[in-house]
Amino acid sequence: MSTPILEVRTLVKHYPGVTAVDGVSFAVPEGMCFGLLGPNGAGKTTTIEIMEGILPPTSGEVRYRGEPLNARFREEAGILFQATALQNFLTVHQSVAMFRGLYGRGLEVEEVLRLCSLEKLAHRDNRKLSGGQRQRLLLAVALVNDPAVLFLDEPTTGLDPQARRNFWELVRSIKAQGKTILLTTHYMEEAEMLCDEIAIMDRGRLIAQGPPERLLREHFAEVLLELPRAEFPQSARQLPIELIEASDRVEITTDDLDATLRTLIEARVPLRNLRIRPANLEDLFLELTGRELRS
Amino acid sequence: MRRLFAVWHARNLEFLRDRGAMLFTLILPLSIIVGMGFIFGGPPRPLFKVGVVGTPVTAPADPFMHERYTQFLPVQSTVAGLREVRRQRIDLLFAPGDPPRYWVNTDSPKGYVIEKLLLAADPSAQRLPVTGKAVRYIDWLFPGILAMNLMFSCLFGVGYVVLQYRQSGFLKRLHATPLTAFEFLTAQVFSRLTIIVFITMALYLGVGALIGFHNSGNLALLLLLLVLGSLSMIALGLTIAARFSSQELVNGLLNLLTWPMMLLSGVWFSLAGSPRWVRWIADALPLTQLLHAARAVMLYGAGVQQIAPNLLYLAAVTLVFLAFGAWSFKWRI
Repeated sequence: MSTPILEVRTLVKHYPGVTAVDGVSFAVPEGMCFGLLGPNGAGKTTTIEIMEGILPPTSGEVRYRGEPLNARFREEAGILFQATALQNFLTVHQSVAMFRGLYGRGLEVEEVLRLCSLEKLAHRDNRKLSGGQRQRLLLAVALVNDPAVLFLDEPTTGLDPQARRNFWELVRSIKAQGKTILLTTHYMEEAEMLCDEIAIMDRGRLIAQGPPERLLREHFAEVLLELPRAEFPQSARQLPIELIEASDRVEITTDDLDATLRTLIEARVPLRNLRIRPANLEDLFLELTGRELRS
Repeated sequence: MRRLFAVWHARNLEFLRDRGAMLFTLILPLSIIVGMGFIFGGPPRPLFKVGVVGTPVTAPADPFMHERYTQFLPVQSTVAGLREVRRQRIDLLFAPGDPPRYWVNTDSPKGYVIEKLLLAADPSAQRLPVTGKAVRYIDWLFPGILAMNLMFSCLFGVGYVVLQYRQSGFLKRLHATPLTAFEFLTAQVFSRLTIIVFITMALYLGVGALIGFHNSGNLALLLLLLVLGSLSMIALGLTIAARFSSQELVNGLLNLLTWPMMLLSGVWFSLAGSPRWVRWIADALPLTQLLHAARAVMLYGAGVQQIAPNLLYLAAVTLVFLAFGAWSFKWRI
């Protein structure tokens, strides 16, 4: 097996009174889009910032192409932080050009702007951009050195649905170029859409890892039934069905839909607000932790 | 080098587009010059300083030395005393004896008044001519205004900008690139240096055309002094900005540096006659060294040898501050 482009070995990060990352290990093969998922405070950003070489770990190590993080890594990594400020008074073009000047190799500024659909905004003051435009500029800054590995820390948090979809399209086109992408998100939809493999984090630990479809297949039967919690009678909680209670709803997983429906009807459970859908990563998180992802 | 240039260029653009900051750096010193010109056209301050040569000031040998509101300062020699008179650091030089002799700068309003007081107290006193060129207040003040503007621009310009970069996370983003702390700091130093040299030259030419002042010195030497003085101030600003993330703290520290320099470096008034420890502190301040050398060059045409100690001192503090700044530099909050 070839050396993974990025490898994390038993990473631990302590802050006073808190263990943010608690013995995390995983490997990212080249060309893969790897997603780190988890709720806020799970340790995703701390993990990714240690991988970026921004934060020193308390113990453990990060390897890039089999070696500890070094000057080559800094030249070949593209980074988009959760919140990045740029210099005031500079235009989009000038901001990208400044970062281009920091790397020995990379793309032409115009090419990066085209890649991120920023040509028309090239001469706009970077403080006068919308959320989506700004995030595309920050992506352009991350791509300016034509990175081998791209770190995206919650790249679409705070964007409207349209801007989020546009951003996903962009990431897909970058992925199609064979770049390795490391993405953190608490949007499961985003992870399902973009990631080849995911690792789910909770309270500083990895609780599951693998391709999204495989994880869902392993943990869920074919379908998932959803009922409003308020309409679900107490007596029905004793029924022989697999049941998880979320804050506003009850989720029932089953591989025999007909039998489960019959059981519910016999128990006089009101079914007028019943929804039947395939399980997603949100359900997986709920299944694994007993808590909701965005609680 | 390319990286350094990239940061230098972007920083210059950022500064030039911040119109408020630009205007402030130009308007503040100009208004001070004009304002001070008005103030010193008015009546002189009530306190006189008289240098006394040849006799201890603690044992007044002459009725004049009982005069009130007058400070009598011991002076080593007549030559040293005359230099002080020409610089208007003292208002009159007095040598008790029979008859007592005195020297006064005829261009000094305070000298004129204290001469009247002296002659009223001791009519036998003999006036002797002051050799050499006298100094106008504006000529004496002008280097101080330039130096003070330089100090504010360098300390706050560097201190606040780096602080804001750190607070906003821009430094953290730069940290994720191949840029080193040394390259970043050097780019900041040269960007501010470029800006302050340009502004100081513009002020020098502008004020020269507007008000007119006298410069007896070598312009190239003055430029060298400008560069070294700016570097020392920028380096000092970087030591403050290298580590801290709190605006209040940085603001306080910068004020803590600028106020003593403004008051003790001799921009506004001479420190002759103040306690020894005050002069000792004043001499340690880079602004004092810069100003002392600038006045020596501009007022008396001093050459590189005469101001070499000042130049060396400025170079030394620059290196010490820069080394400390680079050592203690933090990218993150």
